[in-house]
Order: sequence, then C-alpha cells, then structure tokens
Amino acid sequence: MKTEVKSQFRLEPVVFHTLNTLFMLIVVIVTLYPFLHTMAISFNDGSDSLKGGVYVWPHTWTLQNYKAVFVSGTIYHAAFISVSRTVISTVLGVFLTTMLAYTLAQPHYIFRKKISMLFILTMYFNAGLIPNYFLIKDLGLRNSFWVYILPGLVSAFNLIVIRTYIRSLPGSLVESAKIDGAGDFRIFWRIVFPLCTPVLATIALFIAVGSWNSWFDTFLYASSEQNLSSLQYEMMKLLGSTMSTNNDPSMMAGANTNQTQAMVTPASIQAAITIVTAMPILFVYPFLQRYFVVGLNLGSVKE
Amino acid sequence: MSEIVLTGEVKSKKKKKRVDPEIGVSLSWKTLKAQKQLIFMSVPIAIYLIIFSYVPVWGWLMAFQNYRPALSFWKQDWVGLQQFRFLFQDDAFLGVLRNTIAMSFINLVLGFVTAIALALLLNEIKVRFFKRTVQTISYLPHFLSWVIAAGIVATSLSVDDGIVNTVLMKLHLIDQPVMWLSKGHYFWGIVGLSNVWKEVGWNTIIYLAAITSIDPSLYEAASIDGAGRFHKMRYVTLPGIKSTFIILLIMNIGHILDAGFEVQYLLGNGLVVDWSQTIDIFVLKYGISMGNYSLATAAGIFKTIVSVILVLIANSIAKRLGEERLV
Repeated sequence: MKTEVKSQFRLEPVVFHTLNTLFMLIVVIVTLYPFLHTMAISFNDGSDSLKGGVYVWPHTWTLQNYKAVFVSGTIYHAAFISVSRTVISTVLGVFLTTMLAYTLAQPHYIFRKKISMLFILTMYFNAGLIPNYFLIKDLGLRNSFWVYILPGLVSAFNLIVIRTYIRSLPGSLVESAKIDGAGDFRIFWRIVFPLCTPVLATIALFIAVGSWNSWFDTFLYASSEQNLSSLQYEMMKLLGSTMSTNNDPSMMAGANTNQTQAMVTPASIQAAITIVTAMPILFVYPFLQRYFVVGLNLGSVKE
Repeated sequence: MSEIVLTGEVKSKKKKKRVDPEIGVSLSWKTLKAQKQLIFMSVPIAIYLIIFSYVPVWGWLMAFQNYRPALSFWKQDWVGLQQFRFLFQDDAFLGVLRNTIAMSFINLVLGFVTAIALALLLNEIKVRFFKRTVQTISYLPHFLSWVIAAGIVATSLSVDDGIVNTVLMKLHLIDQPVMWLSKGHYFWGIVGLSNVWKEVGWNTIIYLAAITSIDPSLYEAASIDGAGRFHKMRYVTLPGIKSTFIILLIMNIGHILDAGFEVQYLLGNGLVVDWSQTIDIFVLKYGISMGNYSLATAAGIFKTIVSVILVLIANSIAKRLGEERLV
C-alpha cells in the first residue's frame, strides 16, 4: 500500500493518508469479517445457511442453533470445566509467580541466582511430548482435573515480567516495613502484591487466555473422560466432524431431536459454539489493552 | 547471563539497579535462618519446577533404548543411536522435517515483514482514536484459540460459499471455487497466512513500543535535512527498531523446528498429509498413537538439541554484529 509519491508538494500527505486509511480499513475488515459471518450463521436458520448468501447479517433469524447447543448438558459441563480450570490456574498462577518473583527480586536472597537460572533455562529446552506424557502418567494425573492446573503453573516468562516490575518499585517501602519488623511474606502480601496490580492484570490475562484456549491437554491426557471435556475440546471434536463429513446435516441428528421445524446443521452449531467460546475473551481483552502493552515490554528484560 | 533490552526506558532502570552492590551472603545456618521466609516462599516452587521440567528429561534415555512399557527400566534393550539412525533414513521423518522447516521459514518471513510494515503504517496515523481502534481490533484474533481460528479458516476457504472463493470469483481471478484445503501445495501458504491473520496485530505491539522510544529530535533533524516520509521511515524508524528486530529474530530462529502443532493438526486432512505434518505431529503419531515411544522421543530430542544450537549460533552472530545478546 505504499505510494510511489516521493516529492515534497502538498498532495503527498493527502494521497498517503487516504491510502493508509483505506489500508487500515481493509485490515479491520479482514480481521472482523469472519466473526461477523460466524455470528450471522449462528443466528441464521441452518438449512437456509446451506443455500449460501449469508454474509454478515442473518437472513432468517433463529435461536435454534443456541437452543440446540444448550439442550444437551455436555456444553454446560464443558463450560463449567473451562471456567473452573481458567479461574483456578489464574489465581494460583498469579499468586505463586508473584511470590516467587518477590523472593528473586531480593538482592541478598541466597538462592536468588540458582532459582532464577533454573527457571530461565526452561525457556530454551523442553523435555518433549513423550517424556512429559510419561511424567503425567506416573504422577497419576491422567484423567484428573489437576492435569489442567499443575503443568505450566509458573512460567519463566511471567516470572521475569513480574520480577522486573517488582525491582522497579521504590525500595524504601520494603525497607521501612522491614525496620518495622515485618517478615518477608507479610511485606510481599501486604505491600508488594497490591502495588503490582498493573502487571498482574497482564499476567492474569495471559494465563487466563492460555488456559481457556487450550484443548491439547484434554486431548492428550483426558480424552477418555467426558467429565473433563472443556469447551475448546468440544469445539475441536466438532471441527473434526464438520471438516470430515463435508457439512452432512445427518451428523447432527442427535442434537436435532427436539427441533422439528428449524434445521440445525453442524456448521450452524459450530458457529454458535464458536460465539459462546469466544465471547468471554472478546469482552475482557479490550479493557486490559493498556496493561499488556507494558507487560510485553517488561518481559523483554532478563538477567 | 547477560541482559536483553528492548526499550531505552527499561534500559535506564536496569542500569540503575546494576549499580546496587550485591550484599555478600554466604551459605550458613545463620543466613538460612534469617532468610527462612524467603526460602519457604520460593524453594517449594523451585522443587515443583524441577519435577515438571527437569525430571522428565530422564525420559530421554528411552531414545537410546528399544523401550517396551511392560518391562522395568533395567530390563530394557539398549540400542545406542539406532533410533536416530532409523529416523534419518525414514522418508516419513525427512518429509515432516522438510514441512516443519518450510512452514517455519514462511511463518518467520511473512510474520516479520507484515508486522513491521503494519507497525510503520500504524505509526503514520495521526488520529489517535482511529489508531487505537485499529490496534484493538487487530489484537483480537491473537486471543482466540487455534480451534476457533482453524474453524474460521476452514469456513472462509470452504468450496461452497467460502468468502475467499466468493471474493476471488467476483474479482474474476478464478473461474470456479478452489478446494484450498484439499490441495497439498496450498497448505504451507494457508498456514502462513492464517498465522499472519491471527498474530500480525499482536506482533506490532513490540515494534510500536520500540518506535515510541525513538528520540523525536532525530525526526526533526531528518525533516530539516529535507527527508520525506519514506526517507524518515527508512533512515530513522527502521534503524530505531533494528535491535528489537534482531532480538526477536534470535528468539524465533531457536524455534525454527517449532512450526506449530495446532494449526497443522486441526487443518490437516488425509489429502494433504504429505505437506501438513510437522515434527510435533510425527512425535504424537509415532509416540502416543502407535506406541513407538523410543523413536518419538528421539525425534523430540533432535528438535530440542537443534533449537539450543541455533539459539547459541544466532546469539553469537548477534554479538559479533554488536547487538545485545539473548543468553
């Protein structure tokens, strides 16, 4: 989209800004169109969608797709699992990472270097899928809810971000608390933790999004346990079936039993679940935008 | 360990901290007792890390065995490097290696070019509200899972009524709908463009931050010298984000064998396996599905070792070029 105009006369800014604005509008359209389309399909009659021609606005409004999604208990339970794993991972992850970051930000802490090194090394190597699989198996975490929480609870990247932030706090606060005889845990919990709110918002967002979006751990460690299925895993199974059956409406016969008039197709069900799964994130992230920009920059400093 | 620094602002903070004298402490019962609370707050988490990240490295031994789950560790057959030798004679593995490197390379080049270009153009927008709106919208796909993104890609590329085919037909670029996801030679491009769609907005964040930290007087000086918009981009902005670019490049080169797993697994199908499978999918298929744990572990080890070597090489090149190092 760059113009070839190089001279200095006044037309250049006008041409450039017009083209640049147009380009940005194209970026916005390309980004947003698939969601608007999915939204339209999710509110459109399934059999009508098959005829084609639905773009960003439904032709035949219906709530049947959402009803079909929620008529089976599977989705409620999957949503419950998704919410639980996200909340528990985020709360535990943020608390533990910040606590560790606090200790590693104390210049005289005796294990500071050793523990920092232990974490930083994990950024460069990984034991790999099979050894990790055996570890999870040996720990008895297969088909257990805790397989969603424990691996990856404290990540090196998040640790570095928070540690950098804690170091940038005025040291006098901690010093004066120490003089008053407060112990390290008390200083951490009463003084440092509240002061870290901006950076913790970023980290909480990262952990929450990661946990909410993952399906591979379910796939690998808990696929035989329907009780542990999450929204993303249900989506993944549905994606497999829509892609392989090439939109064969008979696939969804099970979910279709209660509806007689309206048609529900795998594609329309998938659209409805996509919207249900994406909604929480779409509501949260714009409000945290100013935080994660800062967080990303802090993460690029390490020792 | 040295430091990597992206923005000037952070750098100055860091420098100040560096001056802090490190209070000499030695390992003694007295220090341990004095730092009791710090130890309680950190050592359990370190032990947790050792269990989840270091203990599994023990499993690497499987790659040198002909591992059978039924036998105990001491009864396994030790086969030396046989699994690795088999790996490099196996056409299936060489195929996934080719796919992995090709898709990584495409992702790397497309990812950098689009993110830098978008950051430069976003930086030219003077209306703040418009700029922020475009940015917020462009971050959106980053926060969605690959499951959702793959669904969106599949819908957009669909033969009946997919938007890509519709638009291309309207523009008369194609005569009839193309079956994008059924033709192997489109797959790498699809993965590359899907990655751009999902991550380009997010990837601009770090460049835009680097651009904001460029000294405004450089732009003024360039203007006085008669530099136009594109000259300023070329001679002020691009050099200003060079070190950010190099650091990100080093980090990405280390991940050259991490072409991704999710997108290829979710979008791949029987018709395109020869183009879609990556090392990670190979490991999953041979290890978990077929129970050939030793071979799959060998493939995993190969991947890790190559990554570490590449990071070290990229790091020393960056050092020689006078840039900040990563490790």
